[in-house]
Amino acid sequence: MPPRPDAADGTDDDSARALTLLRFSRGERWVHWLLAVLVGVLLVTASLLYVAPLAQLVGRRHLVAQVHVVAGLLLPVPIVVGWLWSGALRRDMRRLNRFSASDWQWLRSSDRRSGRLPVGKFNAGQKLNGAFTLGFVLVMLMTGVIMNWPDSWPLSWRTGATFVHDWVAFAVFVVVVGHLYEAGKDPTARLGMRTGRVPLWWARREHGSWADAESERSSGR
Amino acid sequence: MTLLGPERFGDADRTLLDWARPPCSHEGVGRADEERGTPVGRRVVLGMVGLGALGVVLGRSVQDGISALAAHDPTGLTSLLPGVEGFRYYSVTASDPVVSRADYRLRVTGLVSRPHTFSYADLLALPQTHLTRDFQCVTGWRVQGVHWSGVALPDLLDAVGADTTAPAVLFSSLDGTYTESLTRDQARRRDVLVATSMLGAPVTEEHGGPVRLYVSPMYGYKSIKWLGGIQVASRVVPGYWERLGYDVDAWVGRSNGRTDAPTS
Repeated sequence: MPPRPDAADGTDDDSARALTLLRFSRGERWVHWLLAVLVGVLLVTASLLYVAPLAQLVGRRHLVAQVHVVAGLLLPVPIVVGWLWSGALRRDMRRLNRFSASDWQWLRSSDRRSGRLPVGKFNAGQKLNGAFTLGFVLVMLMTGVIMNWPDSWPLSWRTGATFVHDWVAFAVFVVVVGHLYEAGKDPTARLGMRTGRVPLWWARREHGSWADAESERSSGR
Repeated sequence: MTLLGPERFGDADRTLLDWARPPCSHEGVGRADEERGTPVGRRVVLGMVGLGALGVVLGRSVQDGISALAAHDPTGLTSLLPGVEGFRYYSVTASDPVVSRADYRLRVTGLVSRPHTFSYADLLALPQTHLTRDFQCVTGWRVQGVHWSGVALPDLLDAVGADTTAPAVLFSSLDGTYTESLTRDQARRRDVLVATSMLGAPVTEEHGGPVRLYVSPMYGYKSIKWLGGIQVASRVVPGYWERLGYDVDAWVGRSNGRTDAPTS
C-alpha cells in the first residue's frame, strides 16, 4: 500500500489539523512499508526453506530460494535510497541513534508507560528496535552473500554464516512479532505510519518531549 | 537556532556513520536535544556486525559444540535449537525428480559382464543390509543414529558381474545434474548402501527417494539422491560439489578441513 501524501503543508486553516502533528514524512513511510513487504517476503520464504513440513507442502525450492535471495538483496535498497533522499529519515535516524539518560531509566522502569519519564519522538524500545533492524539487515546481507556464493570464502565460513543466519533469523522473527504486537495494541500509532500524522493528545501521552518541542517550534516561529 | 551546533564538530563520538553524513544540515533546524546523547544505536549496529563477523569465523566450532552438547541432552530441549537436529533439505536443481516406486529404474552399466536395469522390486529382491549410522553434512549439521536399509553396493556390483579391477564407480542422479563417484576400494565397503529405506520407512521424495546412495563414512554430498545410474569405470570423475572445491575423498573428519567425529 503506497503511503498517502503528507497531510502537512504548513497551513493552519484546518482547525482539526492543528490538533495533529506530522510524525512520519511520505519518504519515511515508503521506506517503512517497502521494508515491511520485503521482510514479510523474507520471513515467509525463509519458513518455506527451513521448516520441513512447509518445504514439503510448497516445494519449488529453487524458486522459493531465488525469491528469498532477491528480496534479501533488495532489503538495503529502501534504507539507502531513503537515507539519501529523505532529510526527515536522516533526522529520525539520528534521533533513534542517540540515547539520553532518561532512555536508560525508561528501559529499567516498571512504569515506563505512565508518562513520568520524558519520552522524545522515539522511546528507548523503538530506538533499540531501529538499531536492531539496521543491524540485522547488515548481518543477514553479509551472511546471506557468503551462503549464496560460498566459493569465494573459506569452507568453514559457510558453516559459520549458516549458523549466524539461522540464529539472527530466529531473533528477527521474535522482534517482528513483538513489533506487530505493539502496533496491534495502538491504532493511533498505526495511523501515524499510515497517514503520517498523529493527534496531539496521543503525541503528548506517548512522546511528551517531542510533542512539546514541536508545539514550541511552531508557536515560536 | 544554528545550522551547526557546537556539538556538531566537538563530538568525540563522531565516527563512521558521521563521516557519511553531509557536512551541514539542510533541514532548517539545528540538532535538538534528542539528537544528542550516547550513540547507542550505532554501537548496537556495529556490535551486531562485529558479532556477526565473529560468528561467521567461529560459528563452525560453536555449532559443533552445541551439537555435541545436544547429543548428550536427556531432556531433548536442545533439539529445538536451529541446526541441531534433523536433516536439511538441499537440492541443486530447480525441481526434484518425482518418480513412483513402480516407475523407478536404476541402470547399472560400464565395466560389467551383465549390464542390468533394476526396478525397485528387483532391488528389494537382492540381499538386504541394515545400518544405523549418523549422517554428517559438510555444512555442519549432523543427524544421529539414522536407520538405513537397502542393497550393499558390493552385492549390487556382484549381481551385475562388475570388473573387480575397475578403479572407479560413477553415480548419476535422476535430476540430470548431480553426479558422484567412489574408488573401487570405497565402493567395495559394506557400509555403502543403495538405500531403499531410511528413517525406518521408504526413502521419501525430499530425501532422494525412491532410491538414493548412502556412503556412511563420508560427508553427505557423497550420498547422491534420486540415484538413477551406476557406471563401473576406469577412473574417478569429480562430482557436482567436488568440481566446486569439495574433496573427492570425503571421509568424515578427515577431509574438507573438518574435524567431525567419524560416522562409520
